[in-house]
Amino acid sequence: MSETPWYNRGLFSTLNLRQKTLLTIALTGLVLVVIFLCGTFIDANLPTDFTARMKPPSFEHIFGTDWMGRDMFIRTIKGLSLSIVIGIGASIISSIIATLLAFLASFNRYCDEFVSWLIDLFASIPHILLIMMISIALGKGAFGVIMAVAFSHWVNLTRVLRAEVLQINTSEYVALSRKFGRSKLWIAKEHILPLVLSQIFVGTLLVFPHAIMHESSVTFLGFGLSPHEPAIGIILSESMSYLAMGAWWLAFFPGLALLIVVLLFDIIGDNLKRLFDPSEANN
Amino acid sequence: MIKINNKKLAKFLGFKAIRLLILLIVIAAISFIMIQLSPIDPVKAYLGQRIVSQEQLAIVGEYWGTNLSLGERVFGWLSTLASGSMGFSLIFRVPVTEVIMQKFTASLTLMVVSWLISAVVGFGLGVLAGAKEGTWIDKAIKTYCYILQSTPTFWIGLVLLMVFSVYLGWFPIGLSVPIGQLSDTVTFWQWLYRLILPAITLSIVGIASLTMFTRDKLINVKKSDYFLFAQARGESFWGIIKNHGIRNILLPAITIQFMSFNELFGGTILVEQVFAYPGIGQATVAAGLRSDVPLLLGIVIISTIFVFVGNLIADMVYQYVDPRLRGEDDE
Amino acid sequence: MSKLLEVNNLSISFTQYVQGLNRHDSKVITDLTIDVDEGEIVAILGSSGSGKSLLAHSILGILPYNSHVAGEIRYEGQVLDQELKEKLRGDEICLIPQSVNFLDPLMKVSEQAIGECKDENEHKEKKLRQREIFDKYGLDESVDDLYPFELSGGMARKVLLSTALVGNPKLLIADEPTPGLDAKSVKETIEDIRNLKEDGKGVLLITHEIDVALKTADRIAIFYSGYVIEINNVENFKNSENVLHPYSKALIDSLPRNGFNLTEGVQPLDEVSGCPYYENCPIRLDKCEKNKPELIDHKGIMIRCFNFEEVNNGT
Repeated sequence: MSETPWYNRGLFSTLNLRQKTLLTIALTGLVLVVIFLCGTFIDANLPTDFTARMKPPSFEHIFGTDWMGRDMFIRTIKGLSLSIVIGIGASIISSIIATLLAFLASFNRYCDEFVSWLIDLFASIPHILLIMMISIALGKGAFGVIMAVAFSHWVNLTRVLRAEVLQINTSEYVALSRKFGRSKLWIAKEHILPLVLSQIFVGTLLVFPHAIMHESSVTFLGFGLSPHEPAIGIILSESMSYLAMGAWWLAFFPGLALLIVVLLFDIIGDNLKRLFDPSEANN
Repeated sequence: MIKINNKKLAKFLGFKAIRLLILLIVIAAISFIMIQLSPIDPVKAYLGQRIVSQEQLAIVGEYWGTNLSLGERVFGWLSTLASGSMGFSLIFRVPVTEVIMQKFTASLTLMVVSWLISAVVGFGLGVLAGAKEGTWIDKAIKTYCYILQSTPTFWIGLVLLMVFSVYLGWFPIGLSVPIGQLSDTVTFWQWLYRLILPAITLSIVGIASLTMFTRDKLINVKKSDYFLFAQARGESFWGIIKNHGIRNILLPAITIQFMSFNELFGGTILVEQVFAYPGIGQATVAAGLRSDVPLLLGIVIISTIFVFVGNLIADMVYQYVDPRLRGEDDE
Repeated sequence: MSKLLEVNNLSISFTQYVQGLNRHDSKVITDLTIDVDEGEIVAILGSSGSGKSLLAHSILGILPYNSHVAGEIRYEGQVLDQELKEKLRGDEICLIPQSVNFLDPLMKVSEQAIGECKDENEHKEKKLRQREIFDKYGLDESVDDLYPFELSGGMARKVLLSTALVGNPKLLIADEPTPGLDAKSVKETIEDIRNLKEDGKGVLLITHEIDVALKTADRIAIFYSGYVIEINNVENFKNSENVLHPYSKALIDSLPRNGFNLTEGVQPLDEVSGCPYYENCPIRLDKCEKNKPELIDHKGIMIRCFNFEEVNNGT
């Protein structure tokens, strides 16, 4: 590399795009891990201080306090940590569903049509409504909401994987394996899975932000985590009662923090995608 | 200008109608089974904290059909549906059809207004960002969309509510209709006044996805051979954007906007909850929380139809406006 | 008098990101020198996908952002900078594109031939001219309202040619005008291009089909691995004796067997330090491995080979 191009000057001028991408992934990942770990060390029963109720943000309580005098910053971190756990659970399950369905679709024509039909079916009900229904069916709570989010977010990744598997299936070495009498299961495991693994991985990460957002949305509506859980959706739903009194900090900071977490996951997903598929970086 | 092949249209619509019918039957059956499988006891959820006697419980239970087998209940529900009735809403104590008609009309205004706003603004911003790809305008628009796509709809609503209603006091905090006034005596302006914030909230989310879509499409057009050729012929940049860019991305943009009915409906549920807008979204939440199963199922069906219609229009736009598909006669 | 078009030492390279986001600079055209006069057809002959089209894009000022250009282009003696390119393209310098993909799929072809107009009057004027040219090429009025996808191969080619002629240009750049056409259409295309010459227009023909170049051009420039290695008169290509570069000779010798097409071959992909043809050259010298030959004038033939440099120096 002879000359530093204009787009590489500035803060990270000594790094190339690859290093910058890796650094971005590492930094955002670190922030999320710190938030998650902090959250797990916080006791769910926060100390209440009725002398410090409904205090606006100050140096002592940077996010203010709620009507029970609980520190909103600590509540928010706890809530984010919970969101991350639910997000991880839901995205992993949804990726498993997507992978299974994509492989099922590759089995034969009828299976493929069944999977396509299932995709159409799930895309035909409004997302939130679907999550509500599944959550109700499973009795709400953490289990209900994780499953609901997982069962409503597999569609995109399934589409991508299905196309990918279809393409690999028509390749010459798969045809060769088939001639050697390898079973479909063997081919799926030995040939196809290793090739789509990176896509499954990126796909899982891309589901993450949506999972967190939808979890908080259904929780906000009252179909997710129970009001006793320290979830962001619960915090925001509570804040509704105090908005008219001008307690803006109850809604503003927790929501902003959630937005940042979602954004960070989005950034990781996008950067990883670019690392695996460089065609986008040329733009 | 658009010549419509009636025979083709009839065939197309007939095919779609059958698809919708099958879809509705499946959705109705599945959602009914899901509700029935729920460990949440509809009777208890319905009665809430009220203390009732065993006999009363039995009566309510019979109303819910808890003493029948699942298969019988599914069949019962489907045959009621087939007769054109969706049952009786437990919360509103009127037929579900009536509740849905009233609430859905209210929501439809909200949805149509915000849908139009997001269509116009989203397309405009997308064209601007795509045309100015790589400049600070593009980066600003992209960042804006990126952030918005990561923002929960209801939080945008909460922030707007805090700024414009609580802090500035420009808009009411809740209720689509002023307290103590019947909804039909509300003047147009009062109604419009209360529509603004929810509509803006709902449109903001739609703007982000349409803008990104339009931007990507325009950038693709800019990479196309015909864009290059237009440049090689000395056409002005904005002339090309107008003559070739918009010409080629308008159709996909319209299509994608019609296909967004899914998110639109979902957004309405959240927005109505934040702004206490008495539409189908609020009814959905109420029905879900208070186990008004007939209403909830009715809403599932109506929302499925709503989404289906959006996709159908999107399909038709392509089939009948794009000259490449328009001319095709299917034998 | 100055030539219509002169390209001197033009180099074009790109910056790209490949797997794992590593930067990679690739040089597509190196040190290209060529000229076209009025009433002359000059062909650039090179294998497909070798980047010759970028010469056309460079002359028209439509290279992508991540390209780097060095060298000089002159039009009627004037340096053709971006400003002048933007002024002349579409009027004096016109591109005849290679396929129907270069037409807007959603615009009627007559409107595309007319192009952008400032006002109604200009549109009317150009509409007449468009009709005239369409008539000349046997496209009747029913063709006006067709969309590109409705055109047959032969019609599309005529429409593409017409789009270039509405502006009455002096210099035409035909970028691969023949691929995928049947023999009859190829013959017509060759005739149409020859006729442009009769009208006094200069034509730069970019092609990978030797046959087309031989039947159309006055002079042929051989493009190999990003370099122009020889520019010779078309008569000399009838016999491999009369061309100088070993690659040109090989090319002509292989003609009948290869179906008049340049095969992909084993042209080096990465930049080499010496002569690009070193690996395959039967008459290579020791210095060819590490030194790049320049394009030199050898008895009126432009040649990039050390063998002729020495002969030249000797006389």
